[in-house]
Amino acid sequence: MAGERAGIDVGTVRYVAGLCRLELTGDEEELFAAQLSDILNYIDKLNELDTSEVEPLAQAIEIPNVFRDDAPRGSLEVSEALANAPEKTGGFYKVPAVLEG
Amino acid sequence: MPVEDYDIVIGLESHARLLTETKMFCGCLTRFGAEPNSQTCPVCIGMPGVLPVTNRKAVMLGLRAALAFRCEIPARMRFDRKNYYYPDIPKNYQVSQNYSPVGAGGFVEIEADGVRKRIGLDNIHLEEDAGRLMHPEGSGADYSTVDLNRAGTPLLEIVTRPDMSSLTEVEAYMETLRRTLEALEISDCRMEEGSLRFEASISLKPLGSTTLGKRVEIKNLNSTRAVLNCLEYEIRRQAAALDAGEPLTQETRLYNETTGRSERMRSKEEAHDYRYFPEPDLGPIVVLDEWLDRIRSEMPELPNLRKWRFQEAYSLPAYDAGVLTQKRSIADYFEETIAAAEAMGAEAADLAKQVSNWLMGPILREVNERRVDIAGLNIPPAHLAELVGLIQKGTISKNIAQDLVPIMIETGDPPETIASRRGMIQISDAYAVEKLVSDVLEAHGKQVAEYKDGKKAVLGFLMGQVMRQAKGKANPQVVREILTRTLQS
Ligand SMILES: [Zn+2]
Repeated sequence: MAGERAGIDVGTVRYVAGLCRLELTGDEEELFAAQLSDILNYIDKLNELDTSEVEPLAQAIEIPNVFRDDAPRGSLEVSEALANAPEKTGGFYKVPAVLEG
Repeated sequence: MPVEDYDIVIGLESHARLLTETKMFCGCLTRFGAEPNSQTCPVCIGMPGVLPVTNRKAVMLGLRAALAFRCEIPARMRFDRKNYYYPDIPKNYQVSQNYSPVGAGGFVEIEADGVRKRIGLDNIHLEEDAGRLMHPEGSGADYSTVDLNRAGTPLLEIVTRPDMSSLTEVEAYMETLRRTLEALEISDCRMEEGSLRFEASISLKPLGSTTLGKRVEIKNLNSTRAVLNCLEYEIRRQAAALDAGEPLTQETRLYNETTGRSERMRSKEEAHDYRYFPEPDLGPIVVLDEWLDRIRSEMPELPNLRKWRFQEAYSLPAYDAGVLTQKRSIADYFEETIAAAEAMGAEAADLAKQVSNWLMGPILREVNERRVDIAGLNIPPAHLAELVGLIQKGTISKNIAQDLVPIMIETGDPPETIASRRGMIQISDAYAVEKLVSDVLEAHGKQVAEYKDGKKAVLGFLMGQVMRQAKGKANPQVVREILTRTLQS
């Protein structure tokens, strides 16, 4: 990857927005394509280093085998759980209609 | 072309809810049927800044399944994020295992139409369930509701290779999987509660053709019945399309249980790009040998292997072996009864079938009627062994034995004690029977003369008289023998 320029075009922005369920205007698509490209180009600096011998890292400090017992701990009250919901109905979160199929 | 002219290639993905009390990464309960959104916490509803911690039992159950299905177990595994946006997944990602599943490869050995076959597994992996999305009854509502009680519940996903080629094999696979997961206490597999759900993939190609058919995936299969109905529909649909020269497309379809048809999903919903990456909030799992040793030592015999052993070791019919190994407690009870009967000196010939008949008949009937486990029936295996022995020896008749069963349950006493206390012991003693027979023959000189004249039908009448004299307690076989012998002398 070293030396390769990362570029984000409008098509990629649209694709990612689709996956994220975001609706963007044409102006926003242009703006974000430029901004995301800038960010990736900046990060691209890292590609100047040779990392072929380095294992990918998911965490800075990896502590293996951290477990909890299968023992219940209290849950939130329904009202607490739903406190941040923009809309609710009878103990449920209320969301835009999702019709499968 | 008829359906038989096509090769059918089927693979299944099964999601089994693991038998834990709490969720995968938090201490919320996983009880089915609780008040909506009453079993959630900041971890499972995806609040920022929380710290998930893995449920040890869920991991051990995953490893138990991996050992049972002879998978390769990684020395080191971790969880990955599967990213997608949907209202039932509050974090916008599902924690799953994409790069290092708890089990790779392996197989489930099935028996279909009397033939054993290994259905290869691609992998088995741990993941968390999503919440429940519902559309209110009475259409027209412009909203859906979400219950997050299920979100974060530990699941085991079992992915087969496309190794099944008929509905019979699919049915046998699902049945074997269910029985195995239940017997190993990995999942309760309650389909009505969504504890075992399926997705299928199927393709058809003309017999012998080397070109692969177009693979169709079907989601939303919530019972074994739904899987079979849906695949039957798909086979007919795809065969008809191929016959008509219509091209099939690789697509995802959704099964509609009400119409019994599969329907195409909108392409927008198909467009998944999960962008998996390692879950940074959870550390790696280094699989220790001591865990595997302990799991191996606690592992019961797999139900299918036990069934086949019962057929071979005890010469039982496949049907009997299947019923007896349905539940581990029943299979254990059977083997304990056989061992006890042998220790009491029971006749080995036909013993297993006799015990099997008593178990599958009267004993399991009582178990079902009383809704108890076989261990709670109050008939220990030694008592059933004694009962079978008493019949073998002719001490009691089968009918008397039937009557004894409920009394054994009520009193908890061994059958011989009850039978002698209540005068139910059968007269098999030749001397006693001879005495009864000579009394009866003396009193019925007319019938004896008729018999000697060739009217053999009279024998039945005389038998009845002897049995009446014995108040039903004489051993009919012995009576018949002695009666015939005496009349012919
Ligand atoms: Zn929780």
